[in-house]
Amino acid sequence: MPVTTAETAAGGFRFRTGKPTSLWRDAWRRLLRNKLAIVGMVVLGIFLVMAVAADNYLLLLPRTLFKVELAEDATGPLAFLRAWGELTAKQATPLLAPYNPYKQELVRRREAPSREYLLGLDETGRDMLSRIIHGSRASLQVGVGSVSFAIVIGALMGAVAGFLGRWVDNLIMRLMDIMLAFPAMLLAIAIVSILGPGLMNMLYAIAIVSVPIYARIVRASVLSVREQDYILAARCIGVPPLRMLFRNVLPNCLTPLIVQGTLGIATAILNAAGLSFLGLGARPPKAEWGAMLGRGRGSIFTAPHIVIFPGITIMLMVLGFNLLGDGLRDSLDPRLRID
Amino acid sequence: MTRYIVQRLAMLIPVLIGISVVTFSMLRLIPGDPATVMLGEHATIEQIEDFRERMGLNDPIYIQYLRYLQSVMRGDLGRSSLTQEWVIVELGQRLPATLELTLGAMFIACTVGILAGVIAAYYHNSFFDLATMVGALIGVSMPVFWLGLILMYIFGFKLKLLPPSARMTVGVELQTLNEAYHLDQILSGPWGTPVIAFTDFLSQFYLLASILTGDWKALLDVLKHLVLPSVALGSISVAIIARMTRSSLLEVLGEDYVRTARAKGLRERAVLTKHAMKNAFLPIITVIGLQFGGLLAGAILTETIFSWPGMGRLVVNRILARDYPSVQGSVLAIALVFVFVNLMVDISYAYLDPRIHYE
Repeated sequence: MPVTTAETAAGGFRFRTGKPTSLWRDAWRRLLRNKLAIVGMVVLGIFLVMAVAADNYLLLLPRTLFKVELAEDATGPLAFLRAWGELTAKQATPLLAPYNPYKQELVRRREAPSREYLLGLDETGRDMLSRIIHGSRASLQVGVGSVSFAIVIGALMGAVAGFLGRWVDNLIMRLMDIMLAFPAMLLAIAIVSILGPGLMNMLYAIAIVSVPIYARIVRASVLSVREQDYILAARCIGVPPLRMLFRNVLPNCLTPLIVQGTLGIATAILNAAGLSFLGLGARPPKAEWGAMLGRGRGSIFTAPHIVIFPGITIMLMVLGFNLLGDGLRDSLDPRLRID
Repeated sequence: MTRYIVQRLAMLIPVLIGISVVTFSMLRLIPGDPATVMLGEHATIEQIEDFRERMGLNDPIYIQYLRYLQSVMRGDLGRSSLTQEWVIVELGQRLPATLELTLGAMFIACTVGILAGVIAAYYHNSFFDLATMVGALIGVSMPVFWLGLILMYIFGFKLKLLPPSARMTVGVELQTLNEAYHLDQILSGPWGTPVIAFTDFLSQFYLLASILTGDWKALLDVLKHLVLPSVALGSISVAIIARMTRSSLLEVLGEDYVRTARAKGLRERAVLTKHAMKNAFLPIITVIGLQFGGLLAGAILTETIFSWPGMGRLVVNRILARDYPSVQGSVLAIALVFVFVNLMVDISYAYLDPRIHYE
């Protein structure tokens, strides 16, 4: 996009003319210039592909969702759906993962990596590579799921607190203070011990524990946005409070949420891995990286590959989210927007 | 200053009440009847009724809460349903192990983190700088428990340099302060017992006890056992502190007064320590303070890996054993330590930065 510089005769100010660009477009362009952020996105992209195409389960979804008998002579998108239905088998079969992650070869358990099993076999003779590929589902699910959950609840609470102020603010924020008085991991453990172990319970626990972070961020931004002139203007023309909150205030609090959310996914994945490692997360046969480490840690002296590979995978995914989060912060932070 | 401390202490009251409510409700939130949960599936109806009556479970909830608060104030956290031991006694034995591990990790985090950060900032854009920053990125992304396992494998198993688990080698005995100095003979009378109980508690800090009793062999053994868990636990903090030190020092090194100091011919060493570091230190200290809480939580995982007999391992084992009084007590204890540490950090920060004094 051409940018021309003009000089006014009077003040000698320099200003740019040309098409106005939106915040998001600017941010996206800056993000693409950040090499580390690109690395992060590529890493996460690979994990996303792994999660979607580990087996054809997700590809089967459209067929199970629209349980329609399609006529032989269907046309257009229906024909496509039908072809897809025929393409995907009735049961989940391995797609990207070379083997079924739950099939045990008991005789060959703890076998070191070979050409047949690239990352070796685990302590009950299941293919490590397939389990790691399948594990990306659980990690992404818990990471993204718990953070989205926490953001929705946290943002609502923070917005209400900041917007209404007075005793509501006091009540909500003191509640958040109490939650922050526990180390996050400990509180998550306590919640899981009440709900009982399991992938979803772990997701809820991590979500609840991270609510105060988002509530604080949103409250702080609401407090500063509330004082802006355009909010005063909105109030003057009689915009009802709720509508103002959702249409004028909240959208302007989005950027810190996006940054913190991305970094928060990294922390959530680490915490989830820790909980599963302790046996409080995903239940046994489930392919989950933390649980793989926990179940396999007894084999560390005899078959270290069982421990080494899941750990590296966790690190890579967390690194991906950290790099992307750092990149987003640099590209979205208005204070750095001088070019 | 005093006013700030008083205000900060006053803020503690709602937090403490909140913590007690949370730990109190833990037992009541478990699906099912607490009496059945504690007595097991095979208890008869009479046993359950009797238990409910004895534990006051038939009273209104707020009476139960007040009674709980009362007993907590007395230090009565109930008995473990697994070992029948008083929970407070078990915690007293475990707390020192956790604190020792946390302090060990903190020591490594501060020394390595600050040193690496300073060198990286001073030789900005050098290879060392790049290596430190890449290392820090990896450090914050690594699961603590995985690093612990790998360290254990390499140093404990392959190289056989350091012991892979526990606090002391089996066979190495460490005297308690009481045994070493025959305190029970010197301290008799009514106040003797609590003092001895306190020295017994102190004796659980193995580093302190081995120094105070002059048992150097045991000290070496304890130190060796402390290294691997501390490194594993401290890794994330090393990364965070190194990052903070680097960016904070870089900012200060660009200031005019650093240029002035150099221009008037001060030695580089003096410029760095007397002018730059002093001003770069505040944000570093804040970060160090924040790390304490993280370490306390991280200890839960680290202790499990290294068979470290601390509170974290207690919590995990007791959750798996469904020993709820112990879980309740340990959660309360860890939260209290956490709150206390944060209080200390806030106060020392106000002391260090004269600009802080409050709304």
